[in-house]
Amino acid sequence: MNQVYQKIVDIIVDAKGIDPDTIHYSSTFKDLNVDSLDIAEMAMTLEDEFGVTIDLEEGVNTIEDLVNLIVTRMKD
Amino acid sequence: MLRSRVCEAIGIRYPVFQGGMAWVSDGRLAAAVSNAGGLGIISAMNADENYVRDQIRLCRELTDAPFGVNIMLMSPHVEAVAKLAAEEKVPVVTTGAGLPGKYMPAWIEAGIKVVPVVPSVAIARRVERSGATAVIAEGTESGGHVGELTTMALVPQVVDAVKIPVLAAGGIADGRGMAAAFMLGAEGVQCGTRFLSAFECGIHPNYKKKVLDARDIDTQVTGRRLGHPVRALRNPFVNKFAELERDPAVSDEELSAFGTGAVRKAAVDGNLQEGSFLAGQIAALVKKEQSAKEIVEEMVAECEALLGKAGERVL
Repeated sequence: MNQVYQKIVDIIVDAKGIDPDTIHYSSTFKDLNVDSLDIAEMAMTLEDEFGVTIDLEEGVNTIEDLVNLIVTRMKD
Repeated sequence: MLRSRVCEAIGIRYPVFQGGMAWVSDGRLAAAVSNAGGLGIISAMNADENYVRDQIRLCRELTDAPFGVNIMLMSPHVEAVAKLAAEEKVPVVTTGAGLPGKYMPAWIEAGIKVVPVVPSVAIARRVERSGATAVIAEGTESGGHVGELTTMALVPQVVDAVKIPVLAAGGIADGRGMAAAFMLGAEGVQCGTRFLSAFECGIHPNYKKKVLDARDIDTQVTGRRLGHPVRALRNPFVNKFAELERDPAVSDEELSAFGTGAVRKAAVDGNLQEGSFLAGQIAALVKKEQSAKEIVEEMVAECEALLGKAGERVL
């Protein structure tokens, strides 16, 4: 789970140039200025990294939502 | 003669789609474009399944050619309309304003060709993986809901990222734009604004006049604050919306409420003060009313002539 979280933080820091200390588990993508296009882009990278399919239609609002989605898929 | 994989995949003579425009693209306009050899598309907009069913049946009465339905994924009726599209086995579904993945298996199972509008490479790759027949890469020059990337920048990047055919949209009004799109790697185009001037387009005469009178600098994007930017022709409504959008005392809910119903007021009522007259940056290139057949044939002939002569420019 930590590995997934860290990867998401790395991607956001890389894409948005923001301070990693401002990102938390409960951060919403809206607060981080991460829009639906960014999320789609990030999902492609995370799918390659963790070998899962991420169904974005379910709706993800926070980093925690995305981590949980990926971890659940990894267990399936 | 201009042919591409889009013609083969969809079963149409010319690789020209007429975009799904809310309160504009009804069964009559869609049938006229399909009869002209392009792909006419009915806009399901925010309407319920009964309206969309009526338009599909009207279109079927008027043409035997393939046609499409554009499903707006933010619509409150999206579930019912998505189901209707599968039941009616419409030949083509295009989608906008979101990711269509959850609906795609049912549509594909029904034999429908799915062609999503995509604003980025990642979304194009996602819908290709879900079984899309083609994608429409729409640049920010277009009317209505817009993304950030321009057609010139977006189309070649999407072309490089997917194996399925790409149609270009946004900023294309004539054969020059169409030829340019093909040079970027597109295999078809989708045009909206150009068809606003079609005889078969039933919008209010005030809307047509606004488009025919438009200048190059007359469109404006508003609604960025709400996350759903929209391009329309400047008028008192757009000016007021922009003013409210800048005002921090106005909540997002109030701003959203101010915009509700404005597209209908433009297209149906021709309300020059309170309507939102959606149009792309090429509105000024639309100079006269024509039949859908004339529009499609003129665009394709001009495109063919330009592509045919393109080699002459290389000495």
